[in-house]
Amino acid sequence: MSDTPRAPIAYVRTEQLPQLPPPESDTGPVRWLKTNLFSSIFNTILTLVAGYLLYKILAGSLPWILGGVWNASNLAECREILSGRSAACWAVISERWNQLLFGFTYPEEAYWRPALAFLLLLVAAAPVLFSKLPRALLVFTAIYPFLAYFLIWGGSIWTPILAGAGFLVGYLVYSRLISQSFAAGMGGGILAALVFWALQGYVQMPFDAALPIALEAVPSRDMGGFMLNMILGTVCVSLSLPIGILLALGRQSKMPIIKWICVIFIEFIRGVPLITLLFVANVVLAYFLPPGTTFDLILRVVIMITMFASAYIAEVIRGGLAALPRGQYEAADSLGLDYPQAMRLIILPQALKISIPGIVNVAVGLFKDTTLVSVISMFDLVGMIRGPILASTDWNGVYWELFGFAALLFFVVCYGISQYSQWLERQLQTDHR
Amino acid sequence: MSEAPTLPEASAPTHPLEVSDEVAITIENMNKWYGAFHVLRDINLTVYRGERIVICGPSGSGKSTLIRCINALEEHQQGRIEVDGTVLSSDIKNIDTIRSEVGMVFQHFNLFPHLTIIENCTLAPIWVRKIPKKDAEETAMHFLEKVKIPEQANKYPGQLSGGQQQRVAIARSLCMRPRIMLFDEPTSALDPEMIKEVLDTMISLAEEGMTMLCVTHEMGFARQVANRVIFMDAGQIVEQNEPEEFFLNPKSDRTKLFLSQILGH
Repeated sequence: MSDTPRAPIAYVRTEQLPQLPPPESDTGPVRWLKTNLFSSIFNTILTLVAGYLLYKILAGSLPWILGGVWNASNLAECREILSGRSAACWAVISERWNQLLFGFTYPEEAYWRPALAFLLLLVAAAPVLFSKLPRALLVFTAIYPFLAYFLIWGGSIWTPILAGAGFLVGYLVYSRLISQSFAAGMGGGILAALVFWALQGYVQMPFDAALPIALEAVPSRDMGGFMLNMILGTVCVSLSLPIGILLALGRQSKMPIIKWICVIFIEFIRGVPLITLLFVANVVLAYFLPPGTTFDLILRVVIMITMFASAYIAEVIRGGLAALPRGQYEAADSLGLDYPQAMRLIILPQALKISIPGIVNVAVGLFKDTTLVSVISMFDLVGMIRGPILASTDWNGVYWELFGFAALLFFVVCYGISQYSQWLERQLQTDHR
Repeated sequence: MSEAPTLPEASAPTHPLEVSDEVAITIENMNKWYGAFHVLRDINLTVYRGERIVICGPSGSGKSTLIRCINALEEHQQGRIEVDGTVLSSDIKNIDTIRSEVGMVFQHFNLFPHLTIIENCTLAPIWVRKIPKKDAEETAMHFLEKVKIPEQANKYPGQLSGGQQQRVAIARSLCMRPRIMLFDEPTSALDPEMIKEVLDTMISLAEEGMTMLCVTHEMGFARQVANRVIFMDAGQIVEQNEPEEFFLNPKSDRTKLFLSQILGH
C-alpha cells in the first residue's frame, strides 16, 4: 500500500480532445505483408510452401499454354510442328472457331446475325441491369426479344412483329377491363392475345404480300455451339425470374387453390432431375401432342429449363419474403396500399434484395445446366466438342484444349454475373451505414 | 394501502380540448378469438371526433389487438365496427378506404428501409390518393417540418435515431391526412431521452384536435392530453373514466393494483 493519496473522485473535463490520425505503422504495404503473410513462424512457413506450389504449377502449365500451336489443320500436323515438345494444340480452336460458337449446320453467310443479336443483347440488358441509364432505353429492351428472334431464326419480319402486336392487343384489352376486376382484365387480356396469335397466319398473309422483308430462315435443329447455350441461358433466366416471383407470391397466398397449385408445382419440379425433364421434352412430350404437330425442340427445352429454374427461384424468393419483418406488411396495409401496390413498392424490392445471392446462384447454375442438352443430342458447346469435333479424324483426342476453352467461356460469363450481383448488392444497401 | 397512488406529473396544466358530438368510431359487441383463445370479449366503445383516448392495461390484455381491429390489421369474428361512417366488412375495397382514413403508428416504427424519408412520406399519397409527386413532396415537407426533422428528408431510415424514426412514422401517417390516428405503444421501443420528443409531437397533434387512440404506458401523457382513459384486462374493458378521476379514484381492484404497480416506485 503506497502512501500517495488517492485521486479525488470528482473530475470535470474542460476542453474537447482533438481528433488524431492513426499511427504511421498501421498503414502501408510493408505493414500489410507483415500482418497477412509473415505474422508468425507458422504463417511464414505456410507462405513459403504456398509460394513454392504456385511456382511449380505455373512453371508446369504456362509453357504448355503459351507455347501452343495456333496454326494447323489437324492434330497430326500440330504434333509435327511441336516435334515432340509438350504444348497445347490451340489450332483446334482457331480452326473450329465458328463451329464452337454457332454449331456446324448454321449457314456460314448468316453468322453476322447471331453475332449482331449478341451485341444488341448487351444494349438491351444494360437499362435493366443499371438503373442510372435513361429509362427510355427500356423500349428497346421490350423490342429486343422479337428482334433477336428475327435475327437468329430469320424468316418473314412480320412473324415477330405480329407476335409482338399480339402482346399489345392483350395489353389493350387488359387495360380496358382492369377497372372492372383484376381477374377480368387478366383473363380477357390473355384470351385476346391467344385469339390474335391463333389468327396470326391469316393476318400475316397480306403483310407478307405487300412488303416481303425476310431473312433466310434457319430451323431450330441448326442452332448449336455456344450460341445455343446463350439463347437457352438468356431466355430461361429472363423467363424464370418473373415466373419464380409469381410462384413465390402464390405459395404465400391466402387463396387455397392458388396456394396448392404453386406448392405442388414447386415440390414436383424440385423433386425431379433436370435430365429427366429434358428427356421428357425430347421424347415423351411428342406422345401427348396431336399427331402431326411440330413443336419446336428449342421451345420444348426452354419450357422445361424455365419450369425447373423458376421452381428454385420461387423457393429462394420465398426465403426473402419470410425474412421481412411482419411490420413491413402491416405498415403497407395501414397506409391503404392494395395488394399489388404493397408487393411491388414495399415487399418485393426488399425481398428481392435479400434474395440476390440465391437468385444469382440459380441463374449461374441454370446457365451451366444448359450444357445438359447435349445428352438429348442437341449440339451446344459441349455437344459440339463431344460430337462433331472430337469424333472427327482431324482432332480426335484433343481434350484439354477444347474443354479448357469451354470452361473459360462459361467462367467468363458466370464470373461476370457474380461480380455484377455483388456490385448490385452494394448499390442497394441502404440500411445501417 | 388506503392512500392514493402518487400522481404522474403533468408538465403543463390540462387544457380543455374540444370534443364534438360527432361519432368517429363505434364498436358494438365485438368479440375476437385467436384459435380457441378469447382475446377480446364483448367490447363496446364509442369514440367522438376530437377525443384523445389512452388505453392502458397489463401486457396480453388485448389493448393492441383492439386498436389493430379498428383498421382491420386484425380480423374480428363477432360484432360491428364502424369507422367514419364506413362499416368494416371483409370487402377489401372497404378495408382499404378505412385504412387510408386512419393513420397508424407502430411500436417499431416500421419505416420502409429501402426508401428515403421523403419517399416514405410520399409513397401512399402518390399511389393511394393519386396526388401528383410534387404536391405530395410539398405536403411531406410540411409535416416533416412539423415533426421538426425536415433536414433528414433525403436520408434513409437506418441513418436516423429511434426517436427521429418514430417522428417520421407519425409524419408519414399525417401525409395521408387521416381523420383518426391510432398509436400502438409508440414510445415503448425508445430510449428515455427520445420519448419526450415523440410525446411532444403527439401532444401538438392532440392540440390541433386530432382524434387519437393511444395504447401507452406514459401516464404523464395520459393525464396531460387524454380526455378519457380506458383500462383493459383479460380482453375486457374493465374501467374507463376521465384521467383525474381514473388516477385519483380508481373503482375496480384490478385497476388499483395495476396503477400501484405502474406508479408505485
